[in-house]
Amino acid sequence: MTGYDVYSIFKGALSTISLSLASIALGVPFGLGCALARWYRIPVLSPLVISYVSVVRATPAVTLALLIYFALPDVGLSLDAVSAAILTLTLSTGAFNTEIWRGALMAFPRDQLDSAAAFGMSRAQSLRLVVLPQVFHAALPALVNEMTLQVKSTPAVAVIGIVEITRAAMRVGARTYDPLPPFALALVLYSLIVSAFVIAQRTIERRREIAGRPA
Amino acid sequence: MSGFAIVWQNRQEMLSGFANTVTLSALSLIFSLVLGAMLSMALNGRAVFPRRLAALYVDAMRCVPFLLFAYFIYFGLPAIGLRMDNWISGLIALILYNIAYMAELLRASWRSLPADTIEAGHAFGFHGLGLFLRIILPPVALAAVPMIGNQTIQIIKDSAFLTIIAVAELTHAATSIQTTYFVPFVSFITAIALYWMLCMVIETGVAFAGRLAEARR
Repeated sequence: MTGYDVYSIFKGALSTISLSLASIALGVPFGLGCALARWYRIPVLSPLVISYVSVVRATPAVTLALLIYFALPDVGLSLDAVSAAILTLTLSTGAFNTEIWRGALMAFPRDQLDSAAAFGMSRAQSLRLVVLPQVFHAALPALVNEMTLQVKSTPAVAVIGIVEITRAAMRVGARTYDPLPPFALALVLYSLIVSAFVIAQRTIERRREIAGRPA
Repeated sequence: MSGFAIVWQNRQEMLSGFANTVTLSALSLIFSLVLGAMLSMALNGRAVFPRRLAALYVDAMRCVPFLLFAYFIYFGLPAIGLRMDNWISGLIALILYNIAYMAELLRASWRSLPADTIEAGHAFGFHGLGLFLRIILPPVALAAVPMIGNQTIQIIKDSAFLTIIAVAELTHAATSIQTTYFVPFVSFITAIALYWMLCMVIETGVAFAGRLAEARR
């Protein structure tokens, strides 16, 4: 492996990280929106969310990426590879995030909502001030777990030509006829990214614990 | 509408891809479950060295994306002199990867088994493998069924990655039909519908096993 090979795998890491972050930044609020649509039983939206989650949860990210990249131009919506990749990853992580948010919302005690209403809070106020802070805390571990799974499913978009860590390592391996060193480097990079998420989660949890402690 | 007609004409290819996906997933499920159960014995065992080794394996697998691991098996093993065709190396990659996940979820389920069950087993003279097979495994496996079901869906989804090393599974068949006739929408939607059906079957099975577990309690 030459210095340039190492550089190209690191460049792949940059695209893995930015794709993951973009799809997480879009997918987490999207999942929350979907979960709230089900929680409030919003007419048309709620059954739509149910079928979205059921189908996308069962669809491999590779197949979804191919569908979005090759089939959307048929209906007049042509996306470049990067947007198609972000859309794919957002939709797939969004389905799992919906289930996580929904689980946290279902576990939320109803009497708090009643007391919020008794204090004259509107629905939006009680959502923002009472429900979300607690639900976020309950959902955080599962959300971070899903984020690490998300990082591991980014290689799916290699199929539409995105060069991320796995594909970059593959290229180096194919060129040098010695696949083990680039794969080992890729493994190290993935471990670093995944552990960054886990450490971030622990830090947030510790901060919240300190903040939640009575003075 | 002609897209559906083209996919229907090529249903043979699509269905053989589907059959490959089902076969690969079923074989990986069986092998990874059996070997994962053995690994979980090491994870929960008292012997220090096997436990460390098993934990290292599980942690390593949980850090690698499946595609990277599949590449590793496909390109890496020939480098040390093991040559296999891509179907077999895809299957081996699926099995080795999922052993770690199965072992981990069985370990978690084992942890939640009350200690008195095992003590009662000891009192009745069970030990070693007999204790594991008769006392520990049945409740642990039944309690783990929903998680095993989720992991099975994950196996099915991971098997789609094997299209990249040219294993003729469902996504590969859909891609091949789409590149020949240029019917991307219908061919991928058909593939997704088949994946969805397969996962529905698994979820139904999990619900059935859940009722079975409820009846046993």
